[in-house]
Amino acid sequence: MSDNATGSAAAERGLAEAEPGGVASFDNADRGPIRRLQEILHQYPTSIPFIVLLIGVVIFSFAAPGKFLAPFNFSLILQQVTIIAILGVAQTLIILTAGIDLSVGVIMILASVVMGRTAVVYGVPVEIAFPLGLLAGLACGFVNGLIVTKLRLPPFIVTLGTWSIFGALNVWYSKSETIRQADMQESAPFLQWTGTIFKPYDFFARMGLDLGFLKGWVLNYGSIVMLLVAAVIWYVLNKTAFGRHVYASGDDPDAARLAGINTDRTLIGVYALAGFICAIAAWVLIGRIGGVSPQAGQTANLDSITAVVIGGTSLFGGRGSIVGTLVGALIVGVFRNGLALSGLELLWQDFAVGVLIIVAVTIDQWIRKISS
Amino acid sequence: MLKKLMLAASILAVSVAPVLADEVIGLITKTETNPFFVKMREGAQAKAKELGVTLITAAGKYDGDNDGQVAAIENLIAAGAKGFAIVPSDSKAIVPTIQKARDAGLKVIVLDTPLDPMNAADATFATDNRKAGQLIGQWAKGTLGDKAKDAKIVFLDLATNQPTVDFLRDQGFMQGFGIDVKDPNKYGDEDDPRICTHEISQGDQEKGRTAMENALQKCPDVNVVYTINEPAAAGAWEALKAVGKDDGSVLLVSIDGGCPGVKNVQAGTLGATSQQYPLKMAAMALEAIHAGKIPEIDPAVGFLDTGAQLITAKPVDGVPSISVEEGLKLCWG
Amino acid sequence: MTHEAGTTHVAGYAPAAALAPDTMVVPALQARGLNKRYGRVVALDNADFDLMPNEILAVIGDNGAGKSTLIKALTGAVSPDHGEIWLNGEPVAFKSPIEARNLGIETVYQNLALSPALSIADNMFLGREKRREDFFGRMFRTLDKTYMQKMARQKLTELGLLTIQNINQPVETLSGGQRQGVAVARAAAFGSRVVIMDEPTAALGVKESRKVLETILRLKERGLPIVLISHNMPHVFEVADRIHIHRLGKRIAVINPKRHTMSDAVAIMTGAMAPPADEAA
Repeated sequence: MSDNATGSAAAERGLAEAEPGGVASFDNADRGPIRRLQEILHQYPTSIPFIVLLIGVVIFSFAAPGKFLAPFNFSLILQQVTIIAILGVAQTLIILTAGIDLSVGVIMILASVVMGRTAVVYGVPVEIAFPLGLLAGLACGFVNGLIVTKLRLPPFIVTLGTWSIFGALNVWYSKSETIRQADMQESAPFLQWTGTIFKPYDFFARMGLDLGFLKGWVLNYGSIVMLLVAAVIWYVLNKTAFGRHVYASGDDPDAARLAGINTDRTLIGVYALAGFICAIAAWVLIGRIGGVSPQAGQTANLDSITAVVIGGTSLFGGRGSIVGTLVGALIVGVFRNGLALSGLELLWQDFAVGVLIIVAVTIDQWIRKISS
Repeated sequence: MLKKLMLAASILAVSVAPVLADEVIGLITKTETNPFFVKMREGAQAKAKELGVTLITAAGKYDGDNDGQVAAIENLIAAGAKGFAIVPSDSKAIVPTIQKARDAGLKVIVLDTPLDPMNAADATFATDNRKAGQLIGQWAKGTLGDKAKDAKIVFLDLATNQPTVDFLRDQGFMQGFGIDVKDPNKYGDEDDPRICTHEISQGDQEKGRTAMENALQKCPDVNVVYTINEPAAAGAWEALKAVGKDDGSVLLVSIDGGCPGVKNVQAGTLGATSQQYPLKMAAMALEAIHAGKIPEIDPAVGFLDTGAQLITAKPVDGVPSISVEEGLKLCWG
Repeated sequence: MTHEAGTTHVAGYAPAAALAPDTMVVPALQARGLNKRYGRVVALDNADFDLMPNEILAVIGDNGAGKSTLIKALTGAVSPDHGEIWLNGEPVAFKSPIEARNLGIETVYQNLALSPALSIADNMFLGREKRREDFFGRMFRTLDKTYMQKMARQKLTELGLLTIQNINQPVETLSGGQRQGVAVARAAAFGSRVVIMDEPTAALGVKESRKVLETILRLKERGLPIVLISHNMPHVFEVADRIHIHRLGKRIAVINPKRHTMSDAVAIMTGAMAPPADEAA
């Protein structure tokens, strides 16, 4: 998956041989196992979150026996992390450009309010209300990108400001009024589609395939939407010129500009795309809670950053992956669910997530040292 | 030259005077966005118009933002307000600032969440949250009848630090249901086997669903769910629906009485809710500050109870309640 | 200033033309009377410049002499207040480095302009990626990675940088010399007319510098004219065909390294020695 971190033993051989004669062999002899590990992690940065996820699963299988290690519970975790994972994909794009977006959560809420309220309260057909919501997300992201590039302000400051601004717009448009599940079902059931449950086993059984390992899994369409969003963005990042420009713009913006990349246009594209993805998250959120709650998602911005960072994407830009973010979101979900099932209070869940963040950034710093 | 200056000063004074003469009253809520407070603000605005006073509203940035409320009080003192009503985010930490305002001659009425100590304000207008909890507890017990003694109850509470409203509602429910609460100002210390788990919903619809999902993993045979507020209840219902427990096998109860919540009672997804009256609270406070007269308060209760009524479509003998239709007339948000 | 277009224009400038190996040859890149002021600071004061086809022209000058402004003006990073530039005899006026690049002038910047976390192949084609020509390329803008990797490998091989085996390894895992090699290979791959190198050996050790100098000579063998900006006199004297000496915002001399010593060059550069009469600009 990680084209960006592709490598092989051959690469290392090449590296060693290319170093000036005697010095190279001396270096080789001096390399301890720690250094080797550092190099391997540098080549496969996504392996760390995978290992952490595995460790978490093993720990909680013992800490919450019988409950944690079950297809149904894993299905739950998947459903619980879906929204943060989608926001995480948007956040990954931004962080790859060495930015940060504090407004992803509120863009999602605003988009959900635009979709839901326009359709349910103002009676506009969902065929119009839904695209309108997507457009609202896109527009919010575009505004972020425009301010970041044209006013040359740090993304942290810009999105701190727009967080507040979009939040105010949300209160204004929503009047802080909740839209009930039943009202939504009556006038715009399409918006709830992402919450529809399906059982993969039954699905394949109807096609004549008896896939026993799928028994007990209960997914919803929101999870499928998440996988699709992740797949599309993975493709964009790794297989298109725009994706390469996103990495280059975050890695070394001056170098990117000298190489002929229009970094401003790339950044605006990234922020607008992120806003659009937040609006897709809004659709999934409506499916999950059945209606629209203008108060939901207060911490979604920080949760998405958490998923991205634990997933191994560097806050300094230029390195990281979508797969890492998905795994990062799953790690948070597994730890929260596992700790809850083990009977620990919420405060210890928060404690554990905090530790994970710091460990993740420490490892990132450590493997980055290899390049200097 | 001096004359000219004095003339200019007098002109300024004239133009400023009417502003100073105008009576300013403040309203400080926990957050800007929670519908409970949005409605409270609307009630206060309507009342301010009626009384012909200027209303200045302010709020913390998030639930628990004490600093934001301190700044708002300081601004009101500086603006020469006659007094203000406040829903404190932190019922202890705000006390010194409220004292400062009272020393400056402002009347302070605390709404919804009493201060600690309660007498630190001129008066407290609040819903009896414990009583609101008791109402839904009694209703749930009455509805279950004989089965109440084998109930499996899940509590979706507000936050791990158990703010006042959180433990009052939770413990009220237990008392109403007939559970020995041990320390009445704290939940989690009970040993009644009917309590299956306490989960944290943060009063949020999405987190309410997650909390209920985790609770279902621990208590698959749950048949009573207490929720801190109606958004948490709406989230919990989605989780119940997802596992097919939307068939009436689980009693879901809540507190607030917002219009979406009352409609959910009507639709049968919410069994009962205790309705509170934020509009009334704020309007009464504004009247009292404007008149400069604090109403008599029963010293045994310590605050003026703006009331709570149980709303349900299936009344239970011995538990006073009003119908959904009445509830819809009184609902907010 | 008047100037005639076409092949005869060089003849109008006897002093400069006299320096050129062959007066009838059209310079690959030429400038006359470049001026650039920043407030009261004069960075370029009627500066001239001539790069002949298939030569290595070194540009030397003390710090603050205006070398980098000259190079920026020639590559479109700075637009001069006055003066004219010709590329292969055609007048040009670049508004941006991209324009210069599109006309075949490639620059290897001192900081290399490489993206450390991206692979060698990605860096070679950064900003000019090639899409697949099939349905996916047209419909989904899929990149032709196979082609780009093949081309990158080929360009590196041509320049004798065979030691780099995995074209997909991130540039940051390369040594300083190897990175320089990638930057040079990129310039060579796309620079159809002129390659400008800014201090290519400044950050390198002895062995790596040697490798880069070999690469520069190999580039010249392939027929490309090269501008080499450097402070390192031994390197300049080793590879340059002619040396452009810049002082106080203008070219004061172009010397032949075979007829002058390094100390002459330094003396002229610092003003300690008058430029030789026959080679003064």
